[in-house]
Amino acid sequence: MLDQESRDSDTQYSRAAGRASAKGGTVYSYTLLQEPPLGYESQAPYYVAWVELDDGGLVTAQLTDIDGPVQIGDRVEMVTRKLTTDGPQGMIVYGYKFRPAL
Amino acid sequence: MNVSIIGAGMIPVREHWSKGIRELAAEAAELALADAGIAQVDAMYVGNAYGATFNQQTQLGSLIGSALGMRGIEAFTCEAGDASGGVALRTACLAVESGLLRSALVVGVEKATDIVGPARVGARNISLDADLESVNGVTMTALAALLMRRYMHQNDLTLSDFEGFSINAHSNGAVNPCAMYRNKLRDGTFAKAPMIADPVSLFDCAPDGDGAAAVVLVKSDLAADMVPQPVQICASAVATDQFMLQDRDDPLQFAAIGKSFRDALEQAQLRREDIDLFELHDAYTIMTALALEAMGYCLPGAGWMLASDGGSHISLDGDLPISTFGGLKSRGNPGGAAGIYQAVESALQLRESAGPNQVPGARRALIQNVAGPGSTVVTHILQRQPDEA
Repeated sequence: MLDQESRDSDTQYSRAAGRASAKGGTVYSYTLLQEPPLGYESQAPYYVAWVELDDGGLVTAQLTDIDGPVQIGDRVEMVTRKLTTDGPQGMIVYGYKFRPAL
Repeated sequence: MNVSIIGAGMIPVREHWSKGIRELAAEAAELALADAGIAQVDAMYVGNAYGATFNQQTQLGSLIGSALGMRGIEAFTCEAGDASGGVALRTACLAVESGLLRSALVVGVEKATDIVGPARVGARNISLDADLESVNGVTMTALAALLMRRYMHQNDLTLSDFEGFSINAHSNGAVNPCAMYRNKLRDGTFAKAPMIADPVSLFDCAPDGDGAAAVVLVKSDLAADMVPQPVQICASAVATDQFMLQDRDDPLQFAAIGKSFRDALEQAQLRREDIDLFELHDAYTIMTALALEAMGYCLPGAGWMLASDGGSHISLDGDLPISTFGGLKSRGNPGGAAGIYQAVESALQLRESAGPNQVPGARRALIQNVAGPGSTVVTHILQRQPDEA
């Protein structure tokens, strides 16, 4: 129980680092979310997906720039987008979303 | 494990607008203490998940202890998201089993309905990954939907393949006075329900409710002299998985459910077939299907089949009765209290005091409380206490 070998060498940090270069991927699963949390109401309904990156691994993120039906297996690419605003000054929180591959 | 439940109590899961978190908790605690026939305990462990964000209230141990007049008592909150009730029960089991305490009160409580809409969805999101899920506008229901869509895709299923779980839950909840939604679901209405996060519809989701439930624990040998029908906790096991579904080898495989289940069976020296009823964490129909698979009651991809045949497998007189008082789906999902409702309901089953919800001849019950999508899983096995214990 106390030996180091019982711990994963493949930690969340190492996986994330291995993924940092990936931009493209395919939709592994998706949903159209109707009941958003506070701060995300103006975008609802919006798509949330698991994207299987070309370099391996899943990422949980929103899909954006969608103007047709979404399907498992669709090609998507990562883009920088506004996620929400924070606080009374309306500070913008930026992050990643995925759009249909151009 | 040499620990037994000598008292159990629960209040109806409702929108309790006229009661605060302390009143809910105290009411359930008083019911459990009265059932045990005692007035004082050595310690109280509180299962609560969202006091900080639903109610702006922490330190529930002291708060509820004060409400109960238990001045000076050892009391604190045990938190593991929606599995908070389960880990509070686990904590009490460890304390009593160790002999450090003679008795412990476990109170699960949640006061969810003072906030509504996006505020409540956001408040619930504290049990997800703040940096990688919540910030992206992801919710618990969205994660269930991602699981369900993928599962339907891989196994070529339609929405109505899941309806048996909800029909069974509502059929059992309809005769439970403590259930939040006591309506039966008619065949065919399930697939027409409004979508919350496609393919998860209103009838796939358990409703948030206010509730409180409590049990009193002592060593089994003491229990036999205190009450006529003690219920023994013969196994208690907690397991965790990679926090986020995206980081698991296969998001449809719930390793922590499998591990805590196997650990519990091993502790109790039981086989899967020895369990007479199951209170699973049916917050979403897909979670029930995946839990049954992870515990080996069917092959991966076949969990939904256990809801088929008009639910005959999983009904009160089936070979695998689940959600016997309505489960989270119909009894309601009172967050950190859900795990203690499971314990109270199972205690009633094993005492044959479950009324119209009775599983005939139930001797052993398995209760499983799950947080997030399988990130923390708590499994307990309860049994009628043998005379010699």
